[in-house]
Amino acid sequence: MEPIIQVENLTHTYGAGTPFQRSAIAGVSFQLQQGEFLGVIGHTGSGKSTLIQHLNGLLKPTAGRVLFHGRDIWADPKRIREVRFRVGLVFQYPEYQLFEETAAKDIAFGPKNMGLDDTEIQRRVEEAASFAGLSPDLLDKSPFDLSGGQKRRVAIAGVIAMRPEVLILDEPSAGLDPAGRSELLQNIRDYHARTGGTVVLVSHSMDEIAENVQRILVLSRSGVVMSGTPHEVFSRAEELEAVGLSVPQITKVAMELRRRGVDIDPAVYTVEDLRRSLLALRGGGAGA
Amino acid sequence: MLKDITLGQYFPGTTPAHRLDPRTKLILVVLYIIALFAAESFVSYGLMALTLCLCVAVSKVPPKSLIKGLKPVLFILIFTALLNVFYTPGRILWQWWIFRVTIEGIFTAFFMALRISLLIMGTFLMTYTTSPIMLTDGMESLMNPLKKLHVPVHELAMMMSIALRFIPTLIEETDKIMSAQKARGADFETGSLLQRAKAMVPLLVPLFISAFRRADELAVAMECRCYHGGEGRTKLKVLRYRGIDYTAFSLGALILAGVIVLARFGL
Ligand SMILES: Nc1ncnc2c1ncn2[C@@H]1O[C@H](COP(=O)(O)OP(=O)(O)O)[C@@H](O)[C@H]1O
Ligand SMILES: [Mg+2]
Repeated sequence: MEPIIQVENLTHTYGAGTPFQRSAIAGVSFQLQQGEFLGVIGHTGSGKSTLIQHLNGLLKPTAGRVLFHGRDIWADPKRIREVRFRVGLVFQYPEYQLFEETAAKDIAFGPKNMGLDDTEIQRRVEEAASFAGLSPDLLDKSPFDLSGGQKRRVAIAGVIAMRPEVLILDEPSAGLDPAGRSELLQNIRDYHARTGGTVVLVSHSMDEIAENVQRILVLSRSGVVMSGTPHEVFSRAEELEAVGLSVPQITKVAMELRRRGVDIDPAVYTVEDLRRSLLALRGGGAGA
Repeated sequence: MLKDITLGQYFPGTTPAHRLDPRTKLILVVLYIIALFAAESFVSYGLMALTLCLCVAVSKVPPKSLIKGLKPVLFILIFTALLNVFYTPGRILWQWWIFRVTIEGIFTAFFMALRISLLIMGTFLMTYTTSPIMLTDGMESLMNPLKKLHVPVHELAMMMSIALRFIPTLIEETDKIMSAQKARGADFETGSLLQRAKAMVPLLVPLFISAFRRADELAVAMECRCYHGGEGRTKLKVLRYRGIDYTAFSLGALILAGVIVLARFGL
């Protein structure tokens, strides 16, 4: 199957030609498959935000190409706006972009820009709010009266309401409390499962990525250093540590157990996995 | 995008032009402007242009970025030049209806354009080689005598350095909010004037909210560190004139004197 987004040799230099020139990403290539849940991870400043802003044409590559459904998105700059509707991007700290009188109106901003009629907009606002985990009674409130977490959900709903084929979220859980964080991630997982859409989750937290995605792209020093399933990536713990990232907490536990002589696969990355492999071990040890 | 605004941008460096005391640079710019208005002939304008070129060479600021600084005033430049070409009385070169081109007019227009360009580039050279903080420090120190007249010099300087400090932050913020709204299909570039003004709402509302929030946070942070105005406040970097400043003053005075003498001889 043809990948939905293809990135070829992407390079972006900020402030080219000034004393503040800085190359944020260099020679990045990867493919995003239809319906997949991809995680992009890297330490702060590794170019994650820069990279994803290319996927919907907010930034123009200094060199390289971005193909959406096989077509270079910059081939016709007039159609870039259409790409933005089809590749939805939720910025980091999106709550700072709210501006309308009510949450519902703010969510409707994207669909309105698409030129949809009122009943369709209404339907999408409700649908998006439910995906983002917003209770309907919040929709008529001013976004500025909501809590930080609720504001963020409004902003996320604002992008989901455009029904994008690809939903990209830049560190959606940054700055939330642990409960709000896991709830939001659950909402995103549900969104992926229910719509079958393509989702890209950007994060600098290994634990968060490990529990959610099907494939991981590891960025470091403006390039892709690794990519593969969580299992593949986490079995290369030393390399991850070399680029300043760590493996998930639970993988560390497994590695330590292994070092102490417990015979388990060290590349486990969720609590459930570890529980299962430990139980299997005990079951085997008890000699059924 | 917005980041490309060069206006008043500081190019860090360690050249003699960067090392001068900010007060020296402020005074020299004033002297330069006075000299520009005293200049009357090719010789004196040549001297002024040469001075600027030497200063640029010393500062290692790319000349291209200085010329870029002229862009915003290009319209005014051309407009005043044209007015001068057509409305200066003198020997008529060419005439059509109410338009009359005189030789004097062409000269005046040329000198006028040159004067404005040199003035702007000279001022920009100062802002390019002096960090905004140093610049406000210098201004505060130069305006100190006004304190006797109960002018709130320190407060004005503080307001100015805060404003300067937050310009890049606000530009960055504007960029970010613009991108975020563009991601939802906002269109800031096309449409009628009214449509474009309306399109600014999704940008301006979040921008103002965040500016007020920042102001609030900054005020609290300053109060937490016991800021209470200028009285008895010492400086982290005390301004002091050094040998290089005296050399620069002497050169500046020499050039100003030269231009005035030249003007006396009608050159
Ligand atoms: N608008 C910008 N102008 C200049 N430099 C930038 C800009 N945005 C990001 N950078 C620089 O590019 C690099 C990558 O940034 P970013 O993509 O935001 O990384 P991440 O999202 O992984 O933290 C950083 O070093 C950052 O300083
Ligand atoms: Mg980022």
